[in-house]
Amino acid sequence: MSFLQQGLYELQELTLLTFRAFYRLRKKPRYFREVIQQIDIIGVGSTPIILLTGFFTGAVLVLQSFQILAYYGAQSQVGRMVTFSLFRELGPVLAGLMVAGRIGSAITAELGSMVVSQQIDAMRALGTDPVKKLVAPRIIALLVALPLLTVVANVSGIIGGGITSKYIFNLDTTVFISSVLDAITTKNIIVTLVKPFFFGLIIGSVACYKGLGTTGGTVGVGISTTRSVVLSSIVIIIADFFLTRALQNILGIDF
Amino acid sequence: MSQVNPFEERMFPAIEFRDVYLYYDDKKVLDGISFTVRKGETKIILGRSGGGKSTIIKLVLGLIKPDSGRILIDGEDITDYTEPEMMRVRQKIGMVFQEGALFDSLSVYDNVAYKLHEQGLPEEIVEEEVRKMLRFVDLEDAIDKMPSQLSGGMRRRVGIARALVGHPEIVLFDEPTAGLDPPTARTICELVVKLRDLENVSSIFVTHEMQNIEYLSSEYAVINEKGEVVFEKEGEKLCLINTEIMILREGKIIFSGKDEQLKKAATTDPYIRRFLHGR
Ligand SMILES: Nc1ncnc2c1ncn2[C@@H]1O[C@H](COP(=O)(O)OP(=O)(O)O)[C@@H](O)[C@H]1O
Ligand SMILES: [Mg+2]
Repeated sequence: MSFLQQGLYELQELTLLTFRAFYRLRKKPRYFREVIQQIDIIGVGSTPIILLTGFFTGAVLVLQSFQILAYYGAQSQVGRMVTFSLFRELGPVLAGLMVAGRIGSAITAELGSMVVSQQIDAMRALGTDPVKKLVAPRIIALLVALPLLTVVANVSGIIGGGITSKYIFNLDTTVFISSVLDAITTKNIIVTLVKPFFFGLIIGSVACYKGLGTTGGTVGVGISTTRSVVLSSIVIIIADFFLTRALQNILGIDF
Repeated sequence: MSQVNPFEERMFPAIEFRDVYLYYDDKKVLDGISFTVRKGETKIILGRSGGGKSTIIKLVLGLIKPDSGRILIDGEDITDYTEPEMMRVRQKIGMVFQEGALFDSLSVYDNVAYKLHEQGLPEEIVEEEVRKMLRFVDLEDAIDKMPSQLSGGMRRRVGIARALVGHPEIVLFDEPTAGLDPPTARTICELVVKLRDLENVSSIFVTHEMQNIEYLSSEYAVINEKGEVVFEKEGEKLCLINTEIMILREGKIIFSGKDEQLKKAATTDPYIRRFLHGR
């Protein structure tokens, strides 16, 4: 099989797995407990790193761009600039990449070791569908948790930006806050929630697909974990471009 | 419905393979396998490692699909069943995996209770059943342990308890005694004999050990006057007809029959002799 064929085949299998996960939810059991448990692991568990990375991203944005804005006499708009960048671009992508690294890898490793130790077979033998019990709750949890984590990243980034502009560039806090509020528009809110929804779908499908497709013992688990993180990160960055373009078309290119 | 005569019922095949072929990539693993396991019968499968024994067991469960041929469970052709359809069939099959395959995120209790929890039964009933099963494999003390805290033999026994929950009509054992000490191996064989003779369970038992074959094909379980289960050796009184042995070589069945026939075959066939006696 050529590289292209291989890629298309994987895309087909991955999509099928995702569809199956949702399609089979129409029949009981639906494993709500697993969903809640996964939201806890993914959402609550990832909050600290999202807070930290969000904070410093917002801070460095201000650090890099304050002087440029000041050159044009627009330093009062630094809050707007930070908010815009975070809501539209950095919040979703940052949260997506962090979660791909932290959760995508964990999901692949977990499912992969369940495959190689025959736990998946055992689950099927006991009459449980792993697609329903393992895949669906993880994808759903990501769909719920990633938009929320993005909001956390956005808020934390704005705080980081605000602190930097106050203590390094002596910008008045009220000026900063009012320009932030200017930028929190409906469109920005839609963008900042829609993007991570798709990224969550990407991370969940790729991670589960790679995990369940693991072969070759414990070495295989390592290989599929790496591939899962690399693949979902790349797909997130590529999808971000097309999502941005699509949202611009739908919402209009202006603010 | 009319009452089925137990002797008649025993003639029904619980598992049937019809000319099954299976390839992994280009490698032919099963080369036209046909056999039946009747209700209440134990089929012992022998064969070199890598010979396709686990593959046969996975086919019975529908975990993998054959490239050609048919597989029937209780007369029902499962070959083309989808995964959701297979789930119903799997409810009546118990499976003991080669390495136990316990869920390592769950305690021994939750492992054994898995099927019952999935069915949403009330916890008192679940606990009673789990304790009963763990007592059956003599592991009630380990109920709160995690699988990583158990020895190989204990894991295997928890696997057996998990497989037997819900009283499956068919139980598949994939090398359940490999690497266990002789008394534990004996206990497991007694368990299989009890299931066969007292509960009319059909089973496939994959093994390498001659001792197991000896136990399974020459002893039977009865309940004595005091109500206890005792094991008796076959002899003049009774000849066991519900245990058969099957030898697999390069994807083909090269022997199938009773232990007496196997002993006879070993005197003429050098491969079988080497297989049984190591030379
Ligand atoms: N998932 C798989 N992919 C490729 N080959 C496999 C796979 N599973 C088993 N095999 C091959 O099939 C053959 C039979 O395996 P198996 O049924 O596990 O043997 P046994 O249980 O008799 O030791 C072996 O040669 C093994 O290498
Ligand atoms: Mg095997």
